[in-house]
Amino acid sequence: MKRFGDFTAVDGIDVEVRAGEAFGFLGPNGAGKSSTMRMIGCTSPPSGGELRILGMDPVRDGPAIRARLGVCPQLDNLDPDLTVQENLTTYARYFGISRRVARARAAELLDFVQLTERADSKVEPLSGGMKRRLTIARALVNEPEIVLLDEPTTGLDPQARHLVWERLFRLRQQGVTLVLTTHYMDEAEQLCDRLVVMDGGRIVAEGSPRALIDRHSTREVVELRFAAESQEAFAGKLDGLGERVEVLPDRILLYVPDGDAAVTEVGERGLHPANVLVRRSGLEDVFLHLTGRTLVD
Amino acid sequence: MVGLVLPRLVAVSAAYRRSVSVAERNVAALKAVYWLLLVSGFVEPLLYLLSIGVGVGRLVGDLTLPGGAVVTYAAFVAPAMLASSAMSGALSETTFNFFGKMKQMKLYDGVIATPVQPFEIALGELLWAMLRGSAYSAAFLVVMVVMDLTTAARALVAFPAAVLVGFAFGALGMAITTFMRSWHDFDLMAAAQFTLFLFSGTFVPAESYPVALRWVVEVTPLYRAVHLVRGVSVGAAGWEWVLDVLYLLAAMALGLLIASRRMGRLLYG
Repeated sequence: MKRFGDFTAVDGIDVEVRAGEAFGFLGPNGAGKSSTMRMIGCTSPPSGGELRILGMDPVRDGPAIRARLGVCPQLDNLDPDLTVQENLTTYARYFGISRRVARARAAELLDFVQLTERADSKVEPLSGGMKRRLTIARALVNEPEIVLLDEPTTGLDPQARHLVWERLFRLRQQGVTLVLTTHYMDEAEQLCDRLVVMDGGRIVAEGSPRALIDRHSTREVVELRFAAESQEAFAGKLDGLGERVEVLPDRILLYVPDGDAAVTEVGERGLHPANVLVRRSGLEDVFLHLTGRTLVD
Repeated sequence: MVGLVLPRLVAVSAAYRRSVSVAERNVAALKAVYWLLLVSGFVEPLLYLLSIGVGVGRLVGDLTLPGGAVVTYAAFVAPAMLASSAMSGALSETTFNFFGKMKQMKLYDGVIATPVQPFEIALGELLWAMLRGSAYSAAFLVVMVVMDLTTAARALVAFPAAVLVGFAFGALGMAITTFMRSWHDFDLMAAAQFTLFLFSGTFVPAESYPVALRWVVEVTPLYRAVHLVRGVSVGAAGWEWVLDVLYLLAAMALGLLIASRRMGRLLYG
């Protein structure tokens, strides 16, 4: 649990991350993901409840736990006075790693995140994607058992995102435990073995991406767009079609087990939408269903 | 016994090692432009010494110290300049630069994710500040010996005294900086620092102030620092220097304690 004055950011969550798995915290902004990550990273003491990391107490054994963690914060906090390579070697020194090993590891990691050519560049002229990769490399400098990634690919272009995903996938294959937060559903589906959906400081669902979709959504979704001003008028005529009908300002969503059958049924009711799309249900449908469509900030 | 003491020693040496790693970061960040800044910190007290110590000293003549020793005005002012340059050298690192690293660069947000703890950051930054402060002090002492304002032997004793002065002010400055809200607050600090510089028995013996004011002056840190360094470099008798040393050690400990507590609260949100 985490409170800031009267505000409760994380209101009693109960999760267990197993060694070697990739675990995700999903949720809209303000759901309490980052607060949770900072508590796990031992840089923010919990206001209540029990928290164990690697079997240790984060308040008492902070330095010992942090020695075995890698942290990639939401906002890059790289050292602007140092070069790309120095950012890694200096950070390694904070962990008590010898200069020789630090240099060797920096070279390895720069290669891993494809920044070798920028080794002697300052941080400031790097692109967002490069900074992010450097921050990830920095989080790996102590060969951590657990890597915490707070929104690892937010703000990156597709190329950079895929590169980061591929590197994270390789880390997981090496047996590193990944704990990450994201609000990208494709990221969660790509990377996470198991995840929880958080909203308002609480956990609203938990499971593997597939299990969550099975439990909280139908197999398929039909998106109908009517040429009229308001979609609302057609909603009544779709009653009883599928498990759930959701009316949005620009389209109507039908949550159904069989999309094509539903489309046929729509036609039989004499409705002629301008646009029809049948697709498989995704984590995004689960997410929006559980946390709502209202903007929180 | 060994089982009790050994883990403690290991913990202390690990903490020291981590503090040094914080200081090392600043060595890595040291770039060519910075050297110019370093030089300016040395030149300033030298200019004061030449303009006021030597220049005004011509008009003032010799001074008789409380201990009975008669010294030239330049020899009277020089130790005070040494103490204040040790002060400002340490302060420039632990106030302005420290604030920039903590609040603007958010440098320590990254550092606290490693085993390094706030106290170790504070100590590391202080060690670094003292590397700079000590360089000023050593250079200034060489000038004093060359100008025949003190002897080489006294300069050797004055050096650790000046280093202690730097440690005390560096720690106090860091503690104060943790309370700063924005860069504007540094104007207040600069004003306070200049007031200390003028009225800490630097240019005028504190004995010549009205009694009430003299008491106020004598409890301020720069007065104790000037008193200590002057005692060593002109060779005043008495045991008052013990009081100065204890005062400065206490100031350093207090500064470090407050700084690391405050940093803990600011960083571990």
